[in-house]
Amino acid sequence: MSRKIPEQEYQKTLSFRLKQWFDGTKDPFVDTVEMKPQEEAGRDENIDWKRKREKRQRIERIYDLAHNWEIRSFQGFYRIFSGLFCLFLVAMLLIAVSYLPSYGHPENPANNEVAERYIESGLDETGAVNIVTGMILDYRAFDTLGESHVLFIATCTVLILLRKDRRKDENGRDIEESDRAYEPKNDVILQTAARVLVPPIIIFGIYVILGGHLGPGGGFSGGAIIGAGLILYLNAFGFQKTERFFTSRTYKVLSVCALGCYCLAKSYSFYTGANHIESVIPLGTPGAILSSGLILILNICVGIVVAGTMYTFYVMFRKGGY
Amino acid sequence: MQVFTNILLGFLVICAIAASLSKNLLNTILIFMSYSLVMSIIWILLESPDLAITEAAVGAGVTSVLFFVTLKKIHAMVGKPAEGSGVQAEENSNNKGKEGVEGHE
Repeated sequence: MSRKIPEQEYQKTLSFRLKQWFDGTKDPFVDTVEMKPQEEAGRDENIDWKRKREKRQRIERIYDLAHNWEIRSFQGFYRIFSGLFCLFLVAMLLIAVSYLPSYGHPENPANNEVAERYIESGLDETGAVNIVTGMILDYRAFDTLGESHVLFIATCTVLILLRKDRRKDENGRDIEESDRAYEPKNDVILQTAARVLVPPIIIFGIYVILGGHLGPGGGFSGGAIIGAGLILYLNAFGFQKTERFFTSRTYKVLSVCALGCYCLAKSYSFYTGANHIESVIPLGTPGAILSSGLILILNICVGIVVAGTMYTFYVMFRKGGY
Repeated sequence: MQVFTNILLGFLVICAIAASLSKNLLNTILIFMSYSLVMSIIWILLESPDLAITEAAVGAGVTSVLFFVTLKKIHAMVGKPAEGSGVQAEENSNNKGKEGVEGHE
C-alpha cells in the first residue's frame, strides 16, 4: 500500500530532513539558528564578580536559618533521628552482649579442647617456642595469608585513589618538584637523628622478623618497624636518596614474590596435611633460629609485604606515586 | 603495679575523650599518638608483647605520620606557609566557608 509521492513534496517531510541530518549532507540548524562562538568563562571581570556575588547571596539565602524553614526542620529532624538511631544501635549491641557466655565460666568456648591442644602440643607440632606465632603462622596460616592479601589490596586501593599523573600545578612547576618544596631541606637535627636512629631501627625490625618464632614479634610487627625506619630515612634525606634502592618496581617485584612464596609454602603444607603425608621440612630443635619448619620463611614473606606496604602508603599520601 | 595500670587506664580514657573534643586537628593527632603509646604499655602489662610492638610501630608511628601528611595536604596545619601554598590555603578557606576545616581557626 505504498504511495509514490513527488520529489518536491518528499523534500518537505520530516523524514527527509532527518535522513539528511544523518547523512551529514545538510545541518538542520545552519541558516535557521543564529550562531555565535561561546564566550570564555571568567574573561570578563565584571561578570565574574557578579557571579561570585550571586553565589554568595545564594549561600546566604540557603543558610538563613531564620527564614528557611526547610533546612531548620531538617536540622531538627536530623538531631532527633540521629539520637534515636544511636539509642537503637546501643540497644541492639547491649542485647547482643547479653547473650555472651559469662566471664570466666569453665565451659566457655574459649576454654574448649582447641585452646588446650594449642597450649599442650603447640611446641611439638609447630616447633615454635612462641605459641602465638605457632598459631597464626601454622594452625591459622590461612587467615594470615588473607591478611597479607588485604594489605596488598589496601595498597592497590590507595594507589588507585591517590595516584597522580606527571603534570604541572598552577604555578607551572612539576607537581613532584613542588612537593619537594615542602620538604625540610637539609635539616641538620633531623638528618643527624636519622643517621643515628635508622640503622638500629631497621636492624631491630629484621631481628623481630627473624626471631618471630623464638620470642615476641613476627612478620607484621617487624615489617611495620622497618617501614617506619624507611619513612624516617625518606623524611630526612628526601626522595632522591630512597629512589636509588626502593621504587615502585621494587615494591611490585618484592610483594608479588613474597605473596607467591607464602602461597607456595602454605599450599605445600596444606597438601601434605590434607593427604596425611609426612612433610619433608624438618621442625628442628625448638629454640634454634633455623627451626619450626616453614614459619621462618612465612615470617620473612609477611615482613617484606608489610614493610613495603607501609612505605608505599607514605609515598602515595605524600606525592601520589614514586 | 595495679595502681600503675589503673593510672594508665585513666589516662587512656582521658586521651580518648580529649581527642574527640579537641578543636585543633593537629592536637587531636598528637593526643591519638599518646593514646597509642599508653595502649602499647598496657599491652606489655597484659603480657602480650607481640601486640605491644605492633601497636607502637603502627599506632604511634605509621598511622600518625600518615595523618600528618594528610593534614599537610589539605592545608589544615597552621604554620609558616611554604612558597605558593599560602595563597591556596586562603582560597580554600574562603571557598569552603561554612563547612571549612575547624583546624584553620
